[in-house]
Amino acid sequence: MAVEKTAPAIELINVSRRFLSPTGKSLTAIRDFTMTVERGEFVAVVGPTGCGKSTTLNLVTGLASPSAGEVRVMGAPVKGIDPRIGFVFQTDALFPWRTVIENVMAGPLFRGKPKAQAQASARDWLARVGLARFEQHYPHQLSGGMRKRVALAQTFINGPEILLMDEPFSALDVQTRVLMHEELLRLWSDAKASVVFVTHDLEEAIALADKVYVLTAGPATVKSVYTIDLPRPRVVADIRYEQRFIDYSRTIWADLKEEVETSYARAAA
Amino acid sequence: MTDATVNIPTAAFRPGTSDAEIEAAAAKAAAHRRHTVTFWRLGILVVFLALWEIAGRMAWIDPFFYAMPSTIAGRLYEWITEGTSEGPLWYHLYVTMEESVLGFVTGSVAGIIIGVALGRNRMAADIFSIYIKVINSIPRVVLAPIFIMILGLGLASKVALAFVMVFFVVFHNAFQGVREADRAMIANARILGASDWQLTRSVIVPSAMSWIFASLHVSFGFAIIGAIVGEFVGSRYGIGLLINIAKGSFDAAGMYAAIVIVMVVALAAEYLMTMVESRLAKWRPQPLHETQ
Repeated sequence: MAVEKTAPAIELINVSRRFLSPTGKSLTAIRDFTMTVERGEFVAVVGPTGCGKSTTLNLVTGLASPSAGEVRVMGAPVKGIDPRIGFVFQTDALFPWRTVIENVMAGPLFRGKPKAQAQASARDWLARVGLARFEQHYPHQLSGGMRKRVALAQTFINGPEILLMDEPFSALDVQTRVLMHEELLRLWSDAKASVVFVTHDLEEAIALADKVYVLTAGPATVKSVYTIDLPRPRVVADIRYEQRFIDYSRTIWADLKEEVETSYARAAA
Repeated sequence: MTDATVNIPTAAFRPGTSDAEIEAAAAKAAAHRRHTVTFWRLGILVVFLALWEIAGRMAWIDPFFYAMPSTIAGRLYEWITEGTSEGPLWYHLYVTMEESVLGFVTGSVAGIIIGVALGRNRMAADIFSIYIKVINSIPRVVLAPIFIMILGLGLASKVALAFVMVFFVVFHNAFQGVREADRAMIANARILGASDWQLTRSVIVPSAMSWIFASLHVSFGFAIIGAIVGEFVGSRYGIGLLINIAKGSFDAAGMYAAIVIVMVVALAAEYLMTMVESRLAKWRPQPLHETQ
């Protein structure tokens, strides 16, 4: 128990992950990957498209297992799907045949909570994300931003200690995205979860995170880590005009640019 | 006449008209459209029947083989009021329906269960897929004599035939529907805490449902085919038997009358199925109607 208390939320130690391509060739998605996420820390991972960012998240959930190295969650090695983890997907992963409230209730019901309790809790979470009036709507009747809010409520209702986010807002328009950033930071500061936020949008990463990991072009490994020392609570809509934000942006982009160019050149070749 | 019904009053959609006017015009246009469709549907049927009747009466076609709408209607009336030579029509219809419905229900339930089970288990699917292909390649109707030999002239042989007609269609769609279930949705459910059984029940099966329903639409028709073919080959009751007897006595009107009965029943079943489906699929997006 003593170990559990002090251990970081997530540790990836020299992790590699290989895939077999459909033609039977072995591909390396990530190599010698080392990352630590402290409890309550907000970590953003940026890297060129297709470099293996999402793979790192799948390793933490237990949906995929490492070919080499070790993945530890709360100090213990990952075995199967950990109930303390929540995941927000890039694509729409809501259940279209369920109403908004039934979607949010899914987690507690899967975990064996009584229906009345799940419903009360889902109501509460829908109110927190500003969708109280849309309980009985179906996902297709909502806008993209509203669907993302449902997805956040669906994830937060389980009270995750670790929140993994795989480019969750990349499909949204810019204004909606900024609103969702505010929403996420608010929920996160209440929930005190540790977050790994994968994105290809550097400004998003800097605006949200305590630490930004820059990955190399695939096979991904950590190129550099930046600590973002901007005060909280942050106002995402305004922070991007601050001098320090711009400085961070310029420095990290110089670093990331090389990898993006490498990845682009490789794809074009 | 045609011009008046076909034309949608586009003049009502002038720029600057109010929402209420646009809505009223759209409702009117929609009503017009419905009336036009109904008019043509009925018109085509009436013309077709009239031509048939005239062709028969003018001896352009031989009514002995082709019958005429009037003789068919007469035969139907006679069957309904006086019964057939083999007893009351309703009993024959009841027998055929019983066979079809039993075959349909057992066939679709088995198809869904086995389709979902194999769809969820890749290893089992790889092993059994070859057998399913082989059995599926048998034309189902050749099984009719075998089933009748084994199961006798009664209900069981027809239900068995209807079953095999329905099973493979539903199985294939259920299997495919399971395979097409969205990966992100499955991952989401698992991380939210779904067990394997919960995943199957509340994610996989609902997402395969639109595939399954597509197959249920056609497969009730297949169940009727199975029942009737079975009755052809050997039975004591049923619509298939009536057709067989009509054929034996060169009663063309009787054969067509039996076909009309089957058509009506199949259409009614299809209508019922569409109703159930739209009740179940209320979560699906409705298409927006354009107001030009």
